[in-house]
Amino acid sequence: MSKKTTVKAGSKSAAKKSVKTSAKTAVKASKKASAKADNFGGLSEDLLLRIHDLMVKSRVLEERLIKIYKAGEAYFWIGGPGEEAFGVPLGLLARKGQGPAYDWFHLHYRCTPTMVALGMNMVDSIRLIMNRATDPSTGGRNFANHYCFPQWNVAPVTSPIEVQYPLACGTAHVQKRFGKKALSIVTGGDAGTAEGDFASALILASRKGQELPVLITVQNNKFGISTPFEGQHGETHIADRAKAFNIRARVINGNDPVETYLAMQEEMEYIRKTGKPSFIEAHVSRLYGHSSADGANKKAHLLDPVFTFENRLIDAGILTEKAAKKIWEIYEAEGVAAQEQARTEPVPTPESVWEHVYVDSENADWRKF
Amino acid sequence: MASVAQAIRMALHYGETNLGVKDIFGQDVGAPLGGVFTATQGLKTAWNSPLDERGIIGMAMGIAMGGDKCVAEIQFADYIFNTIDLLKIAGNTLWCTNGQVQLPMVVMTPVGAGIFGSVYHSHSFDAWASRLPGWKIVMPSNPLDAYGLMLAAIKDPNPVLYLKSKALMRHKGDELIPGEPSDEKELKAMIDKPVQNAEGWKPRWPDLEEYIVPIGKGKITHAGEHITVVTYSRMVHLCDEVAHKLAGEGISVEVIDLRSIYPYDWQMIKSSIEKTGRVLFVNEDTEVTNFGEHLAYRATQELFYQLMARPRVLAGKNLPGIGLHPNLEKNSVPQLHDIETAIREVVAEVP
Repeated sequence: MSKKTTVKAGSKSAAKKSVKTSAKTAVKASKKASAKADNFGGLSEDLLLRIHDLMVKSRVLEERLIKIYKAGEAYFWIGGPGEEAFGVPLGLLARKGQGPAYDWFHLHYRCTPTMVALGMNMVDSIRLIMNRATDPSTGGRNFANHYCFPQWNVAPVTSPIEVQYPLACGTAHVQKRFGKKALSIVTGGDAGTAEGDFASALILASRKGQELPVLITVQNNKFGISTPFEGQHGETHIADRAKAFNIRARVINGNDPVETYLAMQEEMEYIRKTGKPSFIEAHVSRLYGHSSADGANKKAHLLDPVFTFENRLIDAGILTEKAAKKIWEIYEAEGVAAQEQARTEPVPTPESVWEHVYVDSENADWRKF
Repeated sequence: MASVAQAIRMALHYGETNLGVKDIFGQDVGAPLGGVFTATQGLKTAWNSPLDERGIIGMAMGIAMGGDKCVAEIQFADYIFNTIDLLKIAGNTLWCTNGQVQLPMVVMTPVGAGIFGSVYHSHSFDAWASRLPGWKIVMPSNPLDAYGLMLAAIKDPNPVLYLKSKALMRHKGDELIPGEPSDEKELKAMIDKPVQNAEGWKPRWPDLEEYIVPIGKGKITHAGEHITVVTYSRMVHLCDEVAHKLAGEGISVEVIDLRSIYPYDWQMIKSSIEKTGRVLFVNEDTEVTNFGEHLAYRATQELFYQLMARPRVLAGKNLPGIGLHPNLEKNSVPQLHDIETAIREVVAEVP
């Protein structure tokens, strides 16, 4: 493929350099900062800078995915720019690993920030949207951001909304029986709470004496595709519905990574200690609309959590403008390099449709019985 | 001899004792009822879910994803329809994850007519189930198969739908389950919960043995030479009865109990049709669009020049439901006389 990729920040040489030069260099440089007025909830500077770094990485990756779609190198885009301040702390706080001793993730398709925080490489997200055979989530079979990373207990993302909620109760049930205080985390959108599966999860998680260790979250971006929140909700807060099931619940500003981190940390500790569920409704921005179906164009009037947090760190003297710019450039170059790499990789073969219909591809084609 | 319900109960006991089943759950599956058909009485891992079919299937998927083995029940197949997209997802998870995530789970549900259950307790599900790639689907017709197919379902690494005929739950076979006491009364005293004074009751399980009916393998229940009748579940007994009757008139009917809807035993069907040259597919799901139609299509495609008569499908009428009055139910799903008439027509047809 000879298609040229647009490079917004950084150059091709910078892209190559990025393989060797980590964004950590930029982060380090910024730490010689002056006194701070904002105490950031007591979070350490290292952690604040790490959160910022991952938020930028996630944003750059999502914008790269949009560019890939708009350049005609992918069929569809859907993603989560605007959810970085919620998703990054979530990924950082969870116990990452495989099996019932570790936390489970039942994510929806706006959860790139969480995946980036867990350690997903940009190229693996790009392989997914470009439907390469090397895509580790689906082997080129599914849409953008339909992640699946069994090695980190990341359940496959599904296109039908909200079905992940009762599944989270199933893994939480297994975790509770295993007894290592791991929990299941489920994310979803505000519009999806109209589905019955959302109510199923509230009931399954909260039965008296059989409560489940599950962190139920809703990222309220105030829209269901094109329908505003007010057009489809009567409740004041979605979190109020959890309270009706005696589930501890709170509403947070999901555009503030510090508030999100502290709230999530507190709720996870509560769940691990009690084995009971907790509910978080996080208010977030849907910066690029629903999906490529409605254009995936930036909504400039909405609060941008990445730049808001970045400016806050700069104002507090924790980060310099120069260091921040460097972080953006490094990740932009990494995204470009990843796209160029993915272009060279193989696509699924036609005959591979019969693989994995059943375990070991047994009995897949009835014509061969 | 054990009934089908007792056989399923014993299979589940064997599963939770020997095959790693950790949860058997659904509406009224646990104490005090132990299932509306008593198929889950006395099981140590049985528990009651909320009355929520989607919650049950979603929970089962999560348990399987989490690494534990479960058997979930939808109380009547009539109520499984609102879980269709979850069943679809359970069936496509392995494929969508490029082989990374297996969902070894069993979903069992009572199906079909024959108990005068009216519009919402008489649905069939076999044709719907056959359109769920990624699932294996089994339908036992007798207690021994019910036992052996349940153990096969539990051991299978794929999701398995276990469709059990409502009308056959009290049916007793003529073969003992390995380990089952030969005296019915003794078995009843051991594993059936007393109707009265059941406080503190616990079953005394027989020393059961592993017995597997491989998924995808049919069984010839009545050997014959003139026509092949391919059927499954409750209709096996009707077809066998008609075959027995017609044998007295010199019409030799071969009845195949398919036992599995998917994968299905095409080699058994094929070799039988090659022998008889005539075939009738019988089941009670609605005729448009019916799993028997797929089999008839395949028979036509692969065995056209060996057929001496048009393949036929005898199925339930294409109606919105099964009416409660016996006149309605019996005129909706195949009866003995319908099967007999169809067999006579196919046998009488001259090429």
